[in-house]
Amino acid sequence: MNYTLKATVAAAALIASGGGALADCGIETGRVDILGNDFAALRAVTEWAGQCASDTVTVTSNHTEEHKNIQVPALSIDPATYTVAIVATNSVVPLLNADLIRPLDDLVAEHGQQLQESQLIRVDGRIMAIAFMANAQHLYYRESILAENGIEVPTTYEEMLAAAAALREAGVLENPIASNMAPGWNIAAEFVNMYLGTGNDLFVPGTAELNIDNEESLLVLETLREMVSFMDGDWATFDSNTTAPIWEAGENAIAIGWGSRAGEIIGPDASDPDVAADTRFSHALFVGGNTIPGAALWWDGFTIARNISDEDAEASFIAMMNGISPEMMAENAESAVWLIDGYEPTPAAVGVVSNLQNGARPYPMLPFMGLLHTALGDNLAEYLQGSESAEQALADVSAAYRTAATEAGFLN
Amino acid sequence: MPHKTFLAFIWPSLLAMILFIAIPIFSVGYQSLFIEHEQIMIQTETCGPFGCTADVSVDGAAMAQLREEQPAGRFNGLGTYTNSSHLAFDEISEIVASSENFGEIRNRIMNLPFYKALIFTIAYTIIVTPLVILLGFVIAVVVNSIPKMLKGPVIFFSLLPMIVTPLVGSLVLFWMIDSRGVIGAALQAIFSDPNLSLKASVTLTWITLFVYGVWHSAPFAFVVFYAGLQTVPQDTLESAMVDGASRWERIRFVTVPYLMPLATFIALMQLMDNFRVFEPIIGFSAAASATSLSYLIYSDLRAAESPLFGSAAATSMLTILGVIILLMPVLRRNWREFNRKA
Repeated sequence: MNYTLKATVAAAALIASGGGALADCGIETGRVDILGNDFAALRAVTEWAGQCASDTVTVTSNHTEEHKNIQVPALSIDPATYTVAIVATNSVVPLLNADLIRPLDDLVAEHGQQLQESQLIRVDGRIMAIAFMANAQHLYYRESILAENGIEVPTTYEEMLAAAAALREAGVLENPIASNMAPGWNIAAEFVNMYLGTGNDLFVPGTAELNIDNEESLLVLETLREMVSFMDGDWATFDSNTTAPIWEAGENAIAIGWGSRAGEIIGPDASDPDVAADTRFSHALFVGGNTIPGAALWWDGFTIARNISDEDAEASFIAMMNGISPEMMAENAESAVWLIDGYEPTPAAVGVVSNLQNGARPYPMLPFMGLLHTALGDNLAEYLQGSESAEQALADVSAAYRTAATEAGFLN
Repeated sequence: MPHKTFLAFIWPSLLAMILFIAIPIFSVGYQSLFIEHEQIMIQTETCGPFGCTADVSVDGAAMAQLREEQPAGRFNGLGTYTNSSHLAFDEISEIVASSENFGEIRNRIMNLPFYKALIFTIAYTIIVTPLVILLGFVIAVVVNSIPKMLKGPVIFFSLLPMIVTPLVGSLVLFWMIDSRGVIGAALQAIFSDPNLSLKASVTLTWITLFVYGVWHSAPFAFVVFYAGLQTVPQDTLESAMVDGASRWERIRFVTVPYLMPLATFIALMQLMDNFRVFEPIIGFSAAASATSLSYLIYSDLRAAESPLFGSAAATSMLTILGVIILLMPVLRRNWREFNRKA
């Protein structure tokens, strides 16, 4: 009896683990250690990669928001602490710069039959990373609030500001807009989003010289400042974690937010089901008469460390193939906009997919982009708070970028 | 004590100080003289889910070899110290040359990142330090005079702000001053201004940080003073009472002079601590309105994908210099007293 009980418990545990029995991934031996950011979609991927664990194969994963800061030191040593680094458009750059990840062409040829051409991140002709999900910011809106007040769904920033003014005037909502405007990473992302929507490039092509001293930058800054005037007074502390509960509390009607958060907002765990049911998504807004969505497109993908044995690299690649398999996606369709073969967009994916269809531009994968992102994050707040001019803010950004890029060896 | 005995006693701590203080500081100083190698760039085409773009990228293999040959990077002398992110000599002379009046010079210099951070750091230090000493002393005197039965719990609660981790303490206050939080909403009601936000205005953010600083550090001063109060000579106090001194006069003429060396000690500690103000800026998400020198170091090391070690090292050295200058008057006074005694 004792034996049957144990067997029943084991069987139940296996069924509960979701993927059924441990998959036979075809790995003989090896070590798979995965480092990645911390959100639901990535946890699903590593959980499925973990199914490849066996007596001879170890699979561990470390999900942390600190991944960007530990990946370079962790992959620099030999053998590297992690065999797989899950990265995004920006965080792959330091690994490329320091030559810490290996080309995957051979592994893709041998084990990557399930991959689509669009998933392969090629740098200089070599496959350096495998993308599996896309992300971007886009419009969130409350359908009934807009409809009741006779407002069309905005497609441009100008329409959004007009809609916000109308809602405030009518006394419907005091602060109709929400957006992630906290100084630092978030506000810089907003600037980059809208600036890409103007069709301009942030850098003089082929160089590390800035190209933001123009009318478009001023337009972007002015628009951001007008948005702030329709936001809660605490906007200078707003990031995704702050704006989500405010949206769920029904205090806003229009927001610019991340696609990866959309699932939570309309999901079954949302704090107010009425707000969740009323929330709709659309592509990021156009700016200044252009028809490019003002949103940078991001991909999340994985890379394999250079400083590990070929055997471990192969084991890691196969395990990750299981992690991003169509079966994993079938189970986690709501968690992300997957780039995996056979993906059908869910209601939460409408915004990102619409960005893609409208020709939004990718976040620049340039080695010096991170320095500009930091310079923007540190120097735009004073303009938005009204204590300096837009020209001064741009001059401060340029000065900060130039100093940092000189120190980093990109400019002379 | 013979020199030999003295050495025998002191060498373990000397060794530890050299290993854990002197060598790291020296290495940071050395690092601050170097910047990253010039990046070897190649024209590439980058392809991904969103199409291909012609981009530049770093030749990682060539860079790895360069780093192998010269691990510290390119020698830059004091260049990092004088660039626009630090002391900004060129920018300042340009500002002085092209500005019309003193106000404009001041405003433009205050807009430079290093000086902006320095001003907040100094303001925080010189406002919070005396308030901490004063408040700590008042709490100590009050606690010392309450009935014995209540002392335990009161001391415990007075110490709470110091027991709570700085980051947690600042986050708790941060949520309380949110416009939906208990303090934020109460202030809006009191001033009947629905748009009042402690997080939006620069002045109010500074005041919030100062208040937090005093709240957090006052228990430290309290504990030191409270310990000191137990040793105030009772016969001096009693003779003052016989002479008809009021309670206030006894504190003013007996207790305060007696506790003065302790006040110097607290001032030293607090000047050092407050000059390195950092956690509340993170906890209160206050970087839009207030940055400190420590925050600049953090930002150099953490914000970009590739950390700026040279820049962070230069700011660290300047911070150490700042602490030394700040402590100079207090240390000089101590030194003079020490000499007088000897």
